Amino acid sequence: MKNIISLIFCLPLWLVAQQTPAPPQSQSILIQDVTAHLGNGTVIENAAIGFAEGLLTYVGPASNAPTNYDKIIAGNGQHAYPGFIGMNTTLGLIEIDAVRATNDKDELGAMLPHVRSAIAYNAESQVVESVRPNGVLMAQVTPRGGRISGSSSVMQLDAWNWEDALVKADDGIHLRWPNPFQRGRWWLGEDPNLKRNKEYDKEVESLATYFATAKAYQVGSKPKHLPYAAMAGVFDGSKRLYIHTNGSQQIEESITKLMEWGAQKLAIVGGHQAPQQLELLQKHNIPVIIPRPHRLPSNEDEALKSTFNLGAQLIDAGLTVAIEMSGRMETMNTRNLPFYAGSFAAYGVPYEKAVAMLTANPASILGIDQEVGSLEVGKKATLFLSQGDALDMRTNILSHAFIEGRSISLESHQTQLWKRYSDKVN
Amino acid sequence: MRNSLLGVALLSTFILSAQSYYPTNLGTKTAENHYQAVTGVTLHPRPGQSISNATLLFQKGKVVQAGTNITLPKNTVIRAMKGMHVYPSFIDLYSTLGVQKAKSKNTRGRSTQYKRSQEGGYWNDHILSNYKAVTDYAYDSKKAKTYREAGFGVVSTHRADGIHRGTGLLVALTDKKSENDRILNQSAAAYLSFDKSKQSNQSYPSSVMGAMALLRQLHHDATWYAAGNSTQIDLDINALLAQKKLPVIFDAKNKLNVLRAAKVSSDVGSNWIIKASGQEYEHLSALKKYGNTLLLPLNFPKAFDTKDEGLLDQITLRQMRHWNQAPSNPAKLAQAGIPFAITMAESKSSTAFLKHLRQAVANGLSEEKALAALTTTPAQLLGESERLGVLKSGAWANFIVTSAPIFEPGTQILANYVKGQYHKINSTKPKSLDGRYQLTIGNDSLELMISKSSTAENISLKVTQGKDKWESTIGLENQQLEIAITQPGGAVAKLNATVNLEEKSLKGSGTDFEGSNINWEAQAIEKKKSITVYDAVPQTYPNNGFGFAKRPQQEKLLFKNATVWTNEAAGIVENTDVLVDQGKIVAVGTNLSDTGASVIDATGKHLTSGIIDEHSHIAASSINEGGQNSSAEVTIEDVLDPDDIDIYRNLGGGVTTIQILHGSANPIGGRSAIIKLKWGETAENLLFPKADPFIKFALGENVKQSNWGSYNRFPQTRMGVEQVFVDYFQRAKEYGAAWTRYNKLSSRQKRTAKKPRYDIEMETLWEILRGDRFISCHSYVQSEINMLMKVAERFGIRINTFTHILEGYKVADKMATHGAAGSTFSDWWAYKYEVKDAIPYNGAIMHRAGVNVAFNSDDAEMSRRLNQEAAKAVKYGGISEEEAWKFVTLNPAKMLHLDERVGSIKVGKDADLVLWSDHPMSIYTKAEKTVVDGIVYYDAERAKNQLDVIAKEKAVLIEQMKKAQKNGAATQKPKNPVKREFHCETLD
Repeated sequence: MKNIISLIFCLPLWLVAQQTPAPPQSQSILIQDVTAHLGNGTVIENAAIGFAEGLLTYVGPASNAPTNYDKIIAGNGQHAYPGFIGMNTTLGLIEIDAVRATNDKDELGAMLPHVRSAIAYNAESQVVESVRPNGVLMAQVTPRGGRISGSSSVMQLDAWNWEDALVKADDGIHLRWPNPFQRGRWWLGEDPNLKRNKEYDKEVESLATYFATAKAYQVGSKPKHLPYAAMAGVFDGSKRLYIHTNGSQQIEESITKLMEWGAQKLAIVGGHQAPQQLELLQKHNIPVIIPRPHRLPSNEDEALKSTFNLGAQLIDAGLTVAIEMSGRMETMNTRNLPFYAGSFAAYGVPYEKAVAMLTANPASILGIDQEVGSLEVGKKATLFLSQGDALDMRTNILSHAFIEGRSISLESHQTQLWKRYSDKVN
Repeated sequence: MRNSLLGVALLSTFILSAQSYYPTNLGTKTAENHYQAVTGVTLHPRPGQSISNATLLFQKGKVVQAGTNITLPKNTVIRAMKGMHVYPSFIDLYSTLGVQKAKSKNTRGRSTQYKRSQEGGYWNDHILSNYKAVTDYAYDSKKAKTYREAGFGVVSTHRADGIHRGTGLLVALTDKKSENDRILNQSAAAYLSFDKSKQSNQSYPSSVMGAMALLRQLHHDATWYAAGNSTQIDLDINALLAQKKLPVIFDAKNKLNVLRAAKVSSDVGSNWIIKASGQEYEHLSALKKYGNTLLLPLNFPKAFDTKDEGLLDQITLRQMRHWNQAPSNPAKLAQAGIPFAITMAESKSSTAFLKHLRQAVANGLSEEKALAALTTTPAQLLGESERLGVLKSGAWANFIVTSAPIFEPGTQILANYVKGQYHKINSTKPKSLDGRYQLTIGNDSLELMISKSSTAENISLKVTQGKDKWESTIGLENQQLEIAITQPGGAVAKLNATVNLEEKSLKGSGTDFEGSNINWEAQAIEKKKSITVYDAVPQTYPNNGFGFAKRPQQEKLLFKNATVWTNEAAGIVENTDVLVDQGKIVAVGTNLSDTGASVIDATGKHLTSGIIDEHSHIAASSINEGGQNSSAEVTIEDVLDPDDIDIYRNLGGGVTTIQILHGSANPIGGRSAIIKLKWGETAENLLFPKADPFIKFALGENVKQSNWGSYNRFPQTRMGVEQVFVDYFQRAKEYGAAWTRYNKLSSRQKRTAKKPRYDIEMETLWEILRGDRFISCHSYVQSEINMLMKVAERFGIRINTFTHILEGYKVADKMATHGAAGSTFSDWWAYKYEVKDAIPYNGAIMHRAGVNVAFNSDDAEMSRRLNQEAAKAVKYGGISEEEAWKFVTLNPAKMLHLDERVGSIKVGKDADLVLWSDHPMSIYTKAEKTVVDGIVYYDAERAKNQLDVIAKEKAVLIEQMKKAQKNGAATQKPKNPVKREFHCETLD
C-alpha cells in the first residue's frame, strides 16, 4: 500500500490529467487591433472584438469600439477567426488507432440510428487537446461503420465531460449509401479489380424498406422500437441525414430516393464526383462536406491536384461546402483541418470563403449558425487569435482561444513534453 | 468373358506400340514397315521455305524424304492432298499437360511457419529442384487434343509449383502410342518462377525481392557445394547440378518481373528462357540488352465492354492502350531482334490461340518469324533441332495439314500427324453450290442464294434485288443447272450452266429479260474472314496518361530573377539568376547572360533545390520481405517500378530524390534504393549513380509483431530485439573473419582448405561492419533508440539515420553524441501505442540538440507536399524558415551522403531544382517546374494540358473498341486494377 502511494506521488504532474477546462467567462474582454475574419465571408481590418458572459458584444472597427470592458487584449495585428469546426470526425471516440481497447467509434450492427456518439466522447482525450492549439474548437463527433452508423453530436473541445461539451446533441444521422462498385479483398484471394456490385439494387431496396417501415412507425406504433424512434428527426426535419458517398451515380440516386422516402434535410459527406451533379445539388440546396484534399487522386489519369480542385468546383457553383475528416489517421489529423481549407484556397477558393468552409458553412449545416460559426454580435464568443494566416502552417500560431468566452488552455500533453525536453537539451 | 476380351484388346494395343524388345505371348511379333506419304501439298519444311506440289514421305514415325521428285517405295500408303499446306507441328515449351497439380497445404496454422518441412534438400521448401515432373505424369488425351487442334505436336510439360520447380518432360502428343513413344525426353528442361510452392507454408520468401535473393543464394550455394565444400548432402543442389545443361524456363508473369528474371539470370551467369507477359513492347531496349530468349504467350486482352459507362470511366488509359498495343507485341520484339518462342500457355482455347496468332501476323509479325517461334526456335532451345521443328529426313514426322496457308484467317487445320500418327482435326467440307452469288442481267443487279444443293430434289433458290424478293426456280440434274428468274413486271430470264465446283463462279448461257441470248456469270460472294487491325496509338515513356511522347532531354536553362533559396552561406537571395547546363548548376548570380539557354522568367517566384524524401515507399513493387528476422539479402533495387504514377505526382510536389526503404516487418530489413525521379526512364536509370548503399533496420511494435497477432517469431519484446542485432552482427563479424583468413591463404593452401560459404545476407551485414553500408533505422521509443546506438558502438559502427524517430527528442543529446541523424514525421502520432508521446516539436528539439534533422513522408500522399511539412517546423518549435527548408532538402541529402551533389543551389551541383509560384513553404505555393539533372520532368502547364491529351486518346480508343464490339469481338468487363499504396507495415 505504502508503495502504491509513493508511486502515485512519484508520477510527474504532466501525466496526471489533461488541460483543465477553463471556467466560465467572468470578465468582459475586448480584443483590439486584429484582422477579423468573420467566417461569413467578410473581413474587417483594424478590428476590435468584444464579448461578455460568453457572447459577442462588439465586432467592428477598432476605432468605434466601446471601452467599457474589464480586460483589454492587444491584438497586435493578429488574425481573429471564429472557432473552426471539424465535420465528420472521430475525435474523442478513439485514442490510439492500433489499440482496440481505446476504440469506441464503430458499433456492431448495420442499422444503428439510435447509437449516439455523444456519450462515448472522451472529453479528456489527449488527441482532443492537441487539435485546439490549431484553432479547431468544435467538432461533429461521428461514428463509423455499418449502413446507418449512428447519430453524431456537436461538441466544443474544452469540457470536463461529454455532457458539458455538447453544443448540439444528436444533430444528425449518418447513412453510408451502398456502393454500386466493389473491389474484392485481395488479401483473401479475391479479385481486387473494381467491378459492379451485384447486390447494389438489393441493398438500396432494403434501405427503402427500412425507411418505409421507420416512417410508418412514426405515426404511433407500439411497443417502442429504439432505432425507428431515433429516425423521427429525419422525417420531421429536426435532424439532418448525412449521406456518405462519393460517386456521381450514388449522389444522384441517394438524393432522389431519400427525398422520396421522406427524409427532410440532406447533406452529402464525401462527394468526390459531386461536380457531376451540380444541378441536382443546387436545385435542392444540398450541402456537400468534402474530403480532405490531402489524399491521392482515385485514378492515375486524374489531374494530379484533383482532390485540391474539388473545393473551388463546388463553391463556384454556389453550394454550401464544408470539410470532413474521414480517412487515414483521421482522428489525430483533425488538427490539420485549417490547412485543408488553406489547400482549397490555394486551388481557387477565395480566401474568406475558405475560412467559411470551417466556420459559417459547417455551422449552418449543423443548424447551430444562430449561435456559432461567425463573429457577429449576439453569437457565442468562440474564437481564436493567430499570429498570422491560420490556414497556412507557417503562420497558424495561436496566442489566444476562447470557447463561449472562456479563455482555454492552448497547452497539451505535447507542449508539456516539448518544454520538458527542451529544458533537458538546453 | 467380356473382361478377358477387353484384356486381350488392351494387350494387343500394347503389343502394337510397345518397345521392340518387349516379349509377346499373344500372337506373332510383327513389325510395321510400310511407308506413308502425303502428296500434292505445298510443303513448308522450315520457316521461310515452301515447296509447291511436294511430297512428304515418312515411315515409323520419322520423315524419310520431303520435297519434290521423290520416288515412293511400293509399300507406301499415299494420301493425295492437293491444295493443302503442310507445316511442321508446333512445339510448346510451357505446358502442364498430364502432370498432377501440386496439392495445396491446407493445414494453415495460426502461426507462421519459418522452418522448412522437408528433409534432405535445400533449406527452403520453395526450392523443389529435385522434383521430376515425370514421376507425376500420365498422358492427358483431352488436353493433348486441344494442343493438337492449335497445331502443336510436342510440349514440354512440368508442374507449375514453387520457385524452383524441378524438371519437366518432353511429350509427343499422339493418342495412338504408348508413353514409351510419347516421352521424348524425361528431363527436357528446368522450370523456375518467383512464386512460392503451394505445398508449404514456409513464410520465406514473402516477396519478389526475396525470391530473387533466394535464387541468387541458391546459385552461390550450388557453386560452393559443387566444389566439395559441404560436409552434408543436399538433394536439391545435387539435382540442380545435374540440370546444368538443361534449358531453364522461367515463368515471369508480369512485365516488370520479366526484367527482374532477366536480371537474376544474368547475375547467376545463365541465359534463362523467360515466359513473358505480353507487354514486352514497353521494354525492348532493356530486353535486348539482357539477351534472354522469351517465351511469348498470345493473350491479347479483349476490348473493354463500352456499354457500362460507369465502369468504363474507371479504366485507365494504360489499360486501354494495352488492348490496342498488345497485338503488335510479337512484331515489335521481332523487329528489335529479340529472340522468342511462342506458347499457348495463357490462351483460353485452341481457337483463341490461332486467332491471336493470326492477329499477331496481321499486326506485322512476319510469317517466317511466327513459324520459327513455334517450331525451329523452341526445337533449338531444347537441343532438338535435328528431330523437331523441321520436316527433313530423320526428323519426327510431326506435321500439320491445313486447308490454306496457316496464317490466313479462316484456314483450318485438317490433320495433325504426331510421330507419323494421323489425328484428324477438322473435316474438309465437301464443296457444294450452296452460297450467295452476285449476278447482273441487263440493268438488274441481283443476289442469288442457293441452298440444299447436295440433293437435286431439295435444291432451292432465293433471288433478291435490294430488299425485294423476285420469283425464281432452280433445277439441277447431271451437273446441269437451270435457273429461271421472274422480274416483278413478269419478264423471265432463263439461265443454264454446267456446274464446276472448283470454280468460284457459276457461268453459262441463257436469255435475259428481253429474251436476248446472253452469256452470264454469277460471282460467289465469299464470307470474308479478315482481321481488323486498329491504328496503334503511340507508346509513351512511361506508357500511361502522363508519360512523355519522347523522353525529355537535358536543356540549357536560365532562371531569371528568382528568389533563390541557396541552402548555402548566401542564404535566401532575391533577384538572382541560375544557369543550368549539361545537368549541372553552372552559375548563380545576377544578370547572367542567356546565350543559347531557354530563359525562364522567375520574377516573383522562388527557386529551390529539389526536395529529398529520406523515407519513401513509392515506385516499388514490394516493400517488405518479412519471411525472416533478417532480410539483408534483399534489395529494393530489384523491385523498382518506374511506371508508378506517384513518381510524377511527387515531381508535381517538387520532389527530385527519394530513398525507397524496405519496410519494417523485421529487425534487419532489406537494402534500400536511392533514386532520382526521372519520369519515363527505366528502373536502372532511376538509380542515383554511385550513391552510398543503405539498409533498413527496424525497432518496436512492427518487428515484435505487436499489431497483427503473430506469436511465434522471436523477438516478441524489445528485449529480444537487442539480441537479434547482437546475434547477427556477431555472426557477420565471424563470417568476415573466416573470409579474411581464407583470402590470406596462398593459392596452394586454398586448394586444400575449405572455402567459406558465400552468404549474401552476411556479406551485407559485413559491409555494415566495415563501414561500407549505412543503416537507416525505423524507430519510435527512446529505450530502443538508445539500445541500438549502444549495440552499434559495441561493434564499432555508427547508426547513420534513425527514421520516424518519434521519441528522438527524448534522447537527442545521446543521438548527437553518437552522430546519428533523425528523419522524422512533422506531426504524426496517436496511430499506435508507441507513438503516444510523439510530438510535433520533435524535429525542433533534435535540431537544437545538434542532430541533423529531416522530415520524411513514408506516405505516397504526404511526399508530394513535404514543403508544407517543412513549414510545420516553423510552426511547432519556431525553427527559422531557412533552416526548416533544409529539413526537406539539404539535411536529408547529408543523411544520404549526397550533399556534395544535391541539396543546395551551388555551382557544380546537380541541377535538381524546383520553381515555385510562391514562398516554397507557403500553403498557397505550387511547383511550376521540377528539374532533375537539368531535365524538366514536371511542368504544371503540361500536367494540366495532358488531361486533354488523355481524354482525346481515350475517346479514340473507346471508338476503336466500340467498332471491335460491333464486329463481334469478345469483350471484357472494365476492371480498374487496385493500386496498392505501400507503407512500412505493408507485408510484402
